[in-house]
Amino acid sequence: MLSADAAVSVLDVDKSFGSVQVLDDVDLDIRKGEFFSLLGPSGCGKTTLLRILAGFEQPDAGQIIIGGRDMTGVPPHLRPVNTVFQSYALFPHLNVYDNVAFGLRMKRVPAAQQRERVGRALETVRIGDLARRRPDQLSGGQRQRVALARAIVGEPQVLLLDEPLSALDLKLRKELQVELSNLQETLGITFVFVTHDQEEALVMSDRIAVMNRGRVEQLGKAEDLYERPRTAFVANFLGSSNLIEGTVKAVTPEGATVQTVHGPLMTHQGAHLKIGQSVTLSIRPEKLRMERDDETEGNEVRARVDDIVYTGAENQYLLKANGERLIVFQLNADLGADEDFDYEEDVALYLPPGNLMVLEEG
Amino acid sequence: MRRTSPALAAYSWLVYGFLYLPILVLIVFSFNNSRFGATWQGFTLKWYGVLFGRSDVREALLGTLLVAIPSTLVSTVLGTLLGFGLWRYSFRWRTPLTFLMVIPIVIPDVVMGVGLLMLYALVRTVVPFSNGLLTVLLAHVTFQVSYVALTVRARLAGYDRSLEEAARDLGASDLQAFLRVTLPLALPGVLTGALLAFTLSLDDFVVTYFTSGSGFRTLPVLIYTNVKRGITPDINALSALLVGVTALVLVLASVISGRSSAFRRSARRGREDS
Amino acid sequence: MLSFRRFLASLGPGTVWLVIFVVGPALILLAYSFLTRTDVGQLGAPVTLENWQRIFGYDALFQEWVPDNLRVLLRSVLVAAVSTFVCVLLGYPLAFYIAAQPPRRKNVLLLLLILPFWVNFLIRVYAWIIILRPFGLVPSTLAVFLGMTYAYLPFFVLPVYSSVEKVDWRLVEAAEDLGATPVRAFWAAIFPQTLPGLIAGVILTFIPALGTFIVSDLLGGSKTALIGNLVQDQFGQAGDWPYGAALSFLLLGAVLLGLWLYARLAGQKGLEELI
Repeated sequence: MLSADAAVSVLDVDKSFGSVQVLDDVDLDIRKGEFFSLLGPSGCGKTTLLRILAGFEQPDAGQIIIGGRDMTGVPPHLRPVNTVFQSYALFPHLNVYDNVAFGLRMKRVPAAQQRERVGRALETVRIGDLARRRPDQLSGGQRQRVALARAIVGEPQVLLLDEPLSALDLKLRKELQVELSNLQETLGITFVFVTHDQEEALVMSDRIAVMNRGRVEQLGKAEDLYERPRTAFVANFLGSSNLIEGTVKAVTPEGATVQTVHGPLMTHQGAHLKIGQSVTLSIRPEKLRMERDDETEGNEVRARVDDIVYTGAENQYLLKANGERLIVFQLNADLGADEDFDYEEDVALYLPPGNLMVLEEG
Repeated sequence: MRRTSPALAAYSWLVYGFLYLPILVLIVFSFNNSRFGATWQGFTLKWYGVLFGRSDVREALLGTLLVAIPSTLVSTVLGTLLGFGLWRYSFRWRTPLTFLMVIPIVIPDVVMGVGLLMLYALVRTVVPFSNGLLTVLLAHVTFQVSYVALTVRARLAGYDRSLEEAARDLGASDLQAFLRVTLPLALPGVLTGALLAFTLSLDDFVVTYFTSGSGFRTLPVLIYTNVKRGITPDINALSALLVGVTALVLVLASVISGRSSAFRRSARRGREDS
Repeated sequence: MLSFRRFLASLGPGTVWLVIFVVGPALILLAYSFLTRTDVGQLGAPVTLENWQRIFGYDALFQEWVPDNLRVLLRSVLVAAVSTFVCVLLGYPLAFYIAAQPPRRKNVLLLLLILPFWVNFLIRVYAWIIILRPFGLVPSTLAVFLGMTYAYLPFFVLPVYSSVEKVDWRLVEAAEDLGATPVRAFWAAIFPQTLPGLIAGVILTFIPALGTFIVSDLLGGSKTALIGNLVQDQFGQAGDWPYGAALSFLLLGAVLLGLWLYARLAGQKGLEELI
């Protein structure tokens, strides 16, 4: 991949530490001005990829292009990117103002311009009144803002953010998520955001690359990833899914029929499948319909309620069907409605063919 | 705070008494108006006068400083680089290097003195030289380096290595990042290490004794040769003066390291490795 | 490449220095210990084991056994051990007392503990001459013990103190809750927690006590000569460098072996905490 409107192109990058391969043929484009997230569990290689973009690590193979320039051999201080570190990495011996001004001084920006730009950056992240404080006199959220101001004051083409919110408590994290999104829109800078928090990624990003064991599993908009996961890993890392294994029985232009332990199941996907091929189907727990009597024809599974978890907005039903576990989420829509099911109750599950996704082999 | 029994308190103060008794006796007797010092004969400052009148004392003092100042400078530079490197890099020879660094600290002074003496003798068979100042200086740097390196590394140990990366990220070159970020952070450790090195040099007798050869003396060597000949009150005065100087240096050191501990608290978290 | 140059620039000079001035002399000591005595400072053939035999009391042909030198070695170990033991008696309770004080007082007490340790070693030993001589106790074995204990006590207290500082006192409550008497609670709950500091303290006291020659030189007589005095003598009046080298290397070897064992036991961190 290498397109003209890419802010960052990662071309076939490999990276190993000793015998451990942390990046395996990673290839992706990040568009100008987009909020792009690298999402994955710890150890998936997302931070390493970010550090390669920043220039702290060199790829073993492949190429990084930033703003149309090949970054091979370009040291960190000459790259048009800035980083917000997970630990903030504020200089403890400098006050907030000097921390933010550090980059401008390194680039020998004239003093008057320095003052103006630092002032503006501090106002942008709303900590204009903290300029004379030292980092150890700041709260976690304030440090976060200083780290942001320091990184944006140099007007980088790309801002790299390494789990910047992970050290904050939940409420502050939610606030800053919104602020970061707004900031990105105002500045128009490309953001590359590393996180292991799927909700954070879904809320903030224009596009997300889900990474697992050094590979990009799937890349797309939040909605695409959630509604149409292509692998079992994506299906389970973003939200939860019911996975059902089976063998393809019939293929039509409209979809396929898959033989499973629950009987034949129709899906609107899978026109490309071959008969006899084994596949995994995935369906989100809120996309199953649960009823007392079976009335519809096809794509139905008889199940028994095993456990019920009440989470406020919804009920989560754990069911047993043909020896397999299935989960169903149901909104708590009406008070007093006779829609709640009991333990041990026998129910019928309807799996709409449009909601059944065919997964690629991991 | 936990309770302590009065018995423990009394015992502890006795131990403190044990620690300070000789030093107090030494200071008191340096003001004793008696040639032989066993009994108190009244207050006098004349031994200090005698001391300053002795040219060999002035020479030894000069010798002490001529060793202590340059050796401290050299060992501070070497030790700071070493301490920084041990903090900054992970490499296979880290543990052996740490072990090597610890050796000058733990080996008995006699062994170090004798070993260096033999090294010098061996070198002399190839390059004839007999500069007592130089040989002592090299010897002192050898035991000072480790102390400085360990102090600097201990100082840096509290900081995340991402601080340097942050500097690089913001446009600082390798050298700028070191000079603008790492060095200022290490500075209290560097100064403490330098003071430590300086005091160790002032204090050293054994290594100097073996490596100085004839013709070059430091104060401790002078004290030793005098004491071997018998107690003289002017040596009491010299000792008391040295106690005073040491105390001064120590207070200075604790002020420096005390003021710096305030910003050690921040920036402790490590980054996730992925 | 750039970062490798920087790596070398940072670690290179110090490492080279230590190799030349620490590893070098150690190897020279070892080599010399197998040479024969010649004129002072001259390398001499033939290669021989005589110096090592002498340490253990044998002559060149293993015909006679005169354990004078062996006696000095044993005495060195004994004097160092007794002094260390006295340090334990004096210093171990002191560490508990300091650790129990309020923070400010604690810092003052620690400073007071370290202060005498910074006074020139010679002067500290010399001070004991002033005190003990009027009583006719210089030279004497008692004076040597006193001087040693005095000289190395702070070395012992500091590591013990840092162990006591970290003691989890809830274990005492747990032990007493389970019916232990205070004495048994101490041995079961407190003592094991202070063991790392105690071991470090013993090492830090024992090693220099084993190698000293000033204390015995100034406070003791010829009857209390220690291995350090023996070494000094070989490089002074006796002028037998190869034998002195063998003695020195024995001392060095013993210390390095102890250190290595400690490092195996306590790991790299323990090695660093030792200093």
